[in-house]
Amino acid sequence: MPADPTAAARPQGAPAAESAAVLEAEGLVKRYRDREALRDVSLSAARGEIVAVIGPNGAGKTTLLTILAGILKPDAGRVSLGPREVGWVPQQPALYRKLTVAENLRLFARLEKASDPELEVKRMLELTGLLDRSDDQVAELSGGNRQRVNIAIGLLGHQRVLLLDEPSASLDPRQRERVWEFVLGLAEAGTAVVYSTHNIQEAERYARRVLVLADGELLFTGPARELKDVVQRGGGGGGGDLEEAFVAFLRTRGH
Amino acid sequence: MRWLLLKDLRLLRRSPQLVALLVLYPIVIAVLIGFALSRGPDKPQVAFANLVPKSASQLDLGGEKLDTSSQEDVLFRAIEPVMVKTRAQAIRKVEEGDVLGAIVIPQDTTQKLQSGIEPATIEVFYNAEDPVKSRYVRDTIKSQVQDANAALTKRLAKVALEFLDLLGTGGQYSFLGREFDILGLKRSEEILKEARRELRPGSPARAQIDQVVRFARLARSNLDLSDDVLSSVGTPLRVKQIRLDGGTTPLSSYSVAIAVSVSLMFITLLLAAGALALEREDNAFMRLVRGLVSRTALLLEKAGLAAVCAVAVCLLMLAGLGLFVDLRWERFPLWVAGVTGGALAFAAMGLAIGALTKEVRAASLLCVMLSLPLTFLALVPSGSVSPAVFDVIRAVSAIFPFKPTLDALDAALNDSGSIAGPLLHLSALFCVFGAASRLALQRFA
Repeated sequence: MPADPTAAARPQGAPAAESAAVLEAEGLVKRYRDREALRDVSLSAARGEIVAVIGPNGAGKTTLLTILAGILKPDAGRVSLGPREVGWVPQQPALYRKLTVAENLRLFARLEKASDPELEVKRMLELTGLLDRSDDQVAELSGGNRQRVNIAIGLLGHQRVLLLDEPSASLDPRQRERVWEFVLGLAEAGTAVVYSTHNIQEAERYARRVLVLADGELLFTGPARELKDVVQRGGGGGGGDLEEAFVAFLRTRGH
Repeated sequence: MRWLLLKDLRLLRRSPQLVALLVLYPIVIAVLIGFALSRGPDKPQVAFANLVPKSASQLDLGGEKLDTSSQEDVLFRAIEPVMVKTRAQAIRKVEEGDVLGAIVIPQDTTQKLQSGIEPATIEVFYNAEDPVKSRYVRDTIKSQVQDANAALTKRLAKVALEFLDLLGTGGQYSFLGREFDILGLKRSEEILKEARRELRPGSPARAQIDQVVRFARLARSNLDLSDDVLSSVGTPLRVKQIRLDGGTTPLSSYSVAIAVSVSLMFITLLLAAGALALEREDNAFMRLVRGLVSRTALLLEKAGLAAVCAVAVCLLMLAGLGLFVDLRWERFPLWVAGVTGGALAFAAMGLAIGALTKEVRAASLLCVMLSLPLTFLALVPSGSVSPAVFDVIRAVSAIFPFKPTLDALDAALNDSGSIAGPLLHLSALFCVFGAASRLALQRFA
């Protein structure tokens, strides 16, 4: 994982690495009738950076990623990249279960108008380590392997940014490990990764920065250790792990 | 869009049960309907007990012998008789369910017919456990007894006419082996005229004879008129049918149009709704509409897939039905137009259902739940319900594609009218349901 000295704690909502940012979002607002799902949320991601978005249920994590992916339109604010410029991996694998791994990859490569779809399929099969399972129907794959195909499809357009919505949810520890090996490999190759998760340990372990969202509001952005420091400085405890610090942080902010 | 269509065809190929259902369903329907249409309705089995003794089965109508057993043929045209000997046997057959009903001709039937004082009564027994069946038996037997009555009335009228002719013109009449010479009104008049000439002019007797001669002439001319009156007694009402609206579609061809419309509706609705809902169930919809495929293109692809499959299956079905029913193959281009118009309208409706329900199971269930009452409503004939209710039914039928599809296919298959109107109607429904599905797709993810 590339080191980035700019990845220290910053004022809330400020971009993390403006100079090298490949993805920037500013002042995102999204309302569902009377409820504000996102309130003036800004973020950025630099090349090769892994950013975790954490928060309680209903915090707005999926809404944020869906807006970054270009699926939802924000009521206010802007995103620097268009939908085709961002790789997007939904929480549930977006794959045709009755098609094989190769057929899924080939279909989306063609829809992405890849110049050589067969080459793309081969590249992704190698990248996911699923060459030997290429002719298996997706329905026959384990959850971990499905997620790898899911991620591979998200990367077919050679995007510089990959958005992952709870990529390891419903996976067992071994499958989770394999998915993260894959994602870390992508980040090392220069892909900026923004992912949402409920798993605080996972955020601490893999992300260079964490964004804490609650009730649509961005409460914190910075390295995980700084979140602990913030909680300790505020006298809210935080001597334990990040999960304790996270819960204490939310409590002090009234959530 | 081409790659999505190929993907959907591949998915269909990977669902052998679904493909088998799509291919076998219309073939089975075609064979069943064709078989039913080519055989015609079966005669109901009815127990028949004629208790009239052989020796008393003949009626003497003015010297003419009529064997009442010959009237059984009239009755047996519409039923398949199961001959029994007693009334009890007939009743038991009905009770045990061996026959749908029983007819018993009592032994005094010919006596009563002969007397002309009291009408003869035929007994009919049937089970009322099944209202449809019992009504069918009742109506069939009633209709056949009316035919037998009409035949007897005709014979009686013929005999009465012969008597009247004898009264008018005179002649020989045979009764109980003896010959009688009947004078008749015509000869009476001639005799009276001869007698009148013998009397002197101005005598009172001559004036009286003149009165009798005038009466005889009047009576004879009126008896001549009674020929027409009596001949109309046998068939007092005749039916003259005049078609005011609609085609002259034979029932069998109309049944073909209904069968194809029903199959077209089910196949297209289920395929279109299922294919769209599957995009969401496989979670691929959001990935597709992120710039890979537009929502409108996705809808057109699904509509095309459903319509092409349904048109192919329905044309295959028509070919199958053509083995049983006489179809006019020279109108094949119109068949294709009718089936395609219906398929596109049903596809758009299926897409709206799929977009609203968002799940394959819910979509399939809603398709079936909507299809059955719509079919039923579209087949309700005018006059069978009150005008206000019929107007409502017509309005409801008009906003769904079944009725216009049936009209288009009837026009295409049977030349029952112009196909242009139904096709325009279907085009409008395609646009309306297409717009509704596009709108519903906004909240599909």
